[in-house]
Amino acid sequence: MHRRPKEVRDVKKIGFLVNPVAGVGGRVGLKGSDGARIQEMAKKLGAVPEASLRALAALQKASGLTDQIVFLTAPGVMGEDVVKQTAFPYEVVGTLPDGATTAEDTIRIAREILESQADLLMFAGGDGTARNVCEAVGMELPVLGIPAGVKIHSAVYAYNTKNAGEALEYFCNESRNRYEEAEVMDIDEEAFRGGTVRAKLYGYMRIPVLHRCMQSVKSGGYSEKEHVAGIAESVVSQMTPGAYYVVGPGTTTIPIMDRLGLPHTLLGMDIVKDGKLIKADAAEKDIYDLTKKGEVYVILTVIGGQGHLFGRGNQQISPRILRAIGRKHCMIVATKSKLLSIAAGRLTVDTGDIELDMELAGYVRIITGYQDSVMFKIES
Amino acid sequence: MRRDYKTYLRRFHEAKWDEEIIFDLSVPGQRGIIVPAAEAQMVEAVGKGSSKIPQGMKRKKLPNLPEVHQMRVNRHFMRLTQEVMGADVTPDLSQGTCTMKYSPKVQEHTAARNENLIDVHPLQDVSTIQGILEIYKKTEEMVCEISGMDAFNFHAGGGAAACYEGACVVRAYHKSRGDDKRDEIITTIFSHPCDAGAPSTAGYKVVTLMPNEDGIPDLEAMKAALSERTAAIFITNPEDTGIFNPRIKEYVDAAHEAGALCYYDQANVNGIMGITRAREVGFDIIHYNLHKTFSSPHGGMGPGCGALGVREFLKPFLPVPRVEKDGEHYYLDYDCPESIGKIRTFMGNAHVVLRTYMWIKQMGAEGIREAAVCSVLNNQYLMKQVSKIKGVEVYYALGKRRIEQCRYSWNKLKEDTGFGTVDVTKRLIDFGMQHYWQSHHPHIVPEPFTLEPTESYSKDDLDEYAAILTEISRECYEEPEVIRSAPHNAPIHAILTDEVDDFDKIAVTWRQWQKRIQAGTMKDA
Repeated sequence: MHRRPKEVRDVKKIGFLVNPVAGVGGRVGLKGSDGARIQEMAKKLGAVPEASLRALAALQKASGLTDQIVFLTAPGVMGEDVVKQTAFPYEVVGTLPDGATTAEDTIRIAREILESQADLLMFAGGDGTARNVCEAVGMELPVLGIPAGVKIHSAVYAYNTKNAGEALEYFCNESRNRYEEAEVMDIDEEAFRGGTVRAKLYGYMRIPVLHRCMQSVKSGGYSEKEHVAGIAESVVSQMTPGAYYVVGPGTTTIPIMDRLGLPHTLLGMDIVKDGKLIKADAAEKDIYDLTKKGEVYVILTVIGGQGHLFGRGNQQISPRILRAIGRKHCMIVATKSKLLSIAAGRLTVDTGDIELDMELAGYVRIITGYQDSVMFKIES
Repeated sequence: MRRDYKTYLRRFHEAKWDEEIIFDLSVPGQRGIIVPAAEAQMVEAVGKGSSKIPQGMKRKKLPNLPEVHQMRVNRHFMRLTQEVMGADVTPDLSQGTCTMKYSPKVQEHTAARNENLIDVHPLQDVSTIQGILEIYKKTEEMVCEISGMDAFNFHAGGGAAACYEGACVVRAYHKSRGDDKRDEIITTIFSHPCDAGAPSTAGYKVVTLMPNEDGIPDLEAMKAALSERTAAIFITNPEDTGIFNPRIKEYVDAAHEAGALCYYDQANVNGIMGITRAREVGFDIIHYNLHKTFSSPHGGMGPGCGALGVREFLKPFLPVPRVEKDGEHYYLDYDCPESIGKIRTFMGNAHVVLRTYMWIKQMGAEGIREAAVCSVLNNQYLMKQVSKIKGVEVYYALGKRRIEQCRYSWNKLKEDTGFGTVDVTKRLIDFGMQHYWQSHHPHIVPEPFTLEPTESYSKDDLDEYAAILTEISRECYEEPEVIRSAPHNAPIHAILTDEVDDFDKIAVTWRQWQKRIQAGTMKDA
């Protein structure tokens, strides 16, 4: 007897947007593709737009879902040209002026997709694109990134093209999707081309929790949220009177401020002492000055996937601060699933001071839950 | 319908009764048994039966219990049992980490159903329960010999409870030496979750080690974690990957050097029993799961017995009462001033201890060793067969042998077809096999499944299981629709797991369901 359960699934409206120039700078060694001048230079160097190809590959991976999806796509090279090559039904959203596409086009069309009541916005690009999308939709519309840029530091991207297609499949097959916040990161490309890495956390967007391809929360008992709450509880219980605690940015650290009943700066460092907020959004100098006044601890999280600890989004913690407080005064927090998502199985540091990087190398204890920690290796 | 002996596949269909919920069967006034009225003399002596119940504890209303006659109750439960898979109707080799071996039925009749044991009350005078006390003492002596430990306690109702008991013993030991600072334990991510969970429940902070490329815990990381705060390491070996850590002595030595104790979770001992002993490696405390390794049926949360073994210097801390012998008679010794006290009522599950005694006596020293060897051989054969299946991968230590179980991965299958371990396990039911054990959490090996064929299963059983997995893999690649809509041959088809997770959409008790019908949030089907 082959009886199939009846599955009634709503047709999902998926916004679709491709940054056609994303990634053009990479293969020709331009370390990024932001700005018209660089894009022109890349073209002259013979760069081929790869974003469209990657986006197409991702859609083809989900080709079994043609009756479950309607794409709300950006016009022309920004999406329509890609969707046209698949069997998916689609509607075009917005218009595109002649000539090269710009960041403003991305922002404008992403807003229109948001207004068209899309269930999810799928976009192909790099960190620059993620920033533009973030500016347009913020936390209002869940997103899913197809990695196609030179710089992929943002956690809103799938690991690769194929995963992006699978993620879309899961999203459409799940009757009740859950969401989590993910970091939008980017580096200053001007500085990067000059030889300095200055990554920055630009914001957060919502991504679907794809628990069928990540670790299951169903039978494990605890959800990610409860682990994060456990981390906050553990950190707060370890706080000693009179000491300064510099709480860094991230979805794992924010609950610590919540637990203390304090407001937090989304992308900055907040200083806490004896349960009170001493300074919000502190600068490097503020923190350094404290190291002369008393005991200072910094509370930081790891960037998932890539395992960066210092040097990405927490430049306020400078080498001189790290030297002053020592590694033992760095409280590192992360959930076990985040640690497991680090492909290399090790953390990396890039403080800009090679000698310090070497000193920081070794094993650290990462707080992973209430009274719970994991030994993890830092590589310089 | 016969099984196809070429393909090993059988045409199976689970029973379907559409059986009512027992409350639906209720007919007011129906009775299973009529309790005879008390005799007049008795009433005269003690008054009404309920008169001794304190006023505050008396019900104001009768309990809303279903009223069903005996034969219908019996039929009800027989039908329910036909709708599920039991250990005796399907090979249980799929339950990796569980050591599901055959429990000889003679043990059932001699132990669990033996009137001489059933009718004994643990509060009877010890002079009248010398027999079971002798069994306790002799079983202790035998498992001491198998492990090299000096004393055992059989009170814990399962492995995790034994682990908790062990954590309490660790604390009592350090405290006895005036060392109150040790508040951390170290474990590994592939050790059993109770190795972290039980000490945590006992109040310890837990530090976890990740595996290196060979799949064994990182020794350098452990050395970095060890300090004067480390109370003990709690470690499983072989871990649930089936990988045996051959350098285990170095871990034990490093821990001892830091003043910590070493706890060996021996739930995975089946493949090394009678071959290596915890004592020779240097462990101080261990536990066996008598209900797994020593052949008691288990599942459905018991009844089990986590046997905690310790070296001589930790014996004073074991729970009370201890079974001792004063030359001629066995007695219960409560005079243990350093004991951690009681961890369970009375003496634990006595019938599991009796089954263990029987099993060891029947197997003998050679038999136990042979069981271990067979379980390893079975695993090598099954691993060879399963590794050949398209879409199956084995993580860590490629090409190296596992001991008695192996954690496999369907990650390749998932990449190729979109079907993962959950999809495969749903389809297994259609071939008359119950679901397999995927993995403890977190899932480090993606799309995992863990098989442990033990010594009980024949080559035919192993071939059948591998053939079923091969067929399901083929279907994933060639007939995806069959997998997508599986199971087909079970009374209940695909369950939407998200719905099961949502407590607004399901009622877990009859009473809750009735309340929700009244409130209008649910409809009577």
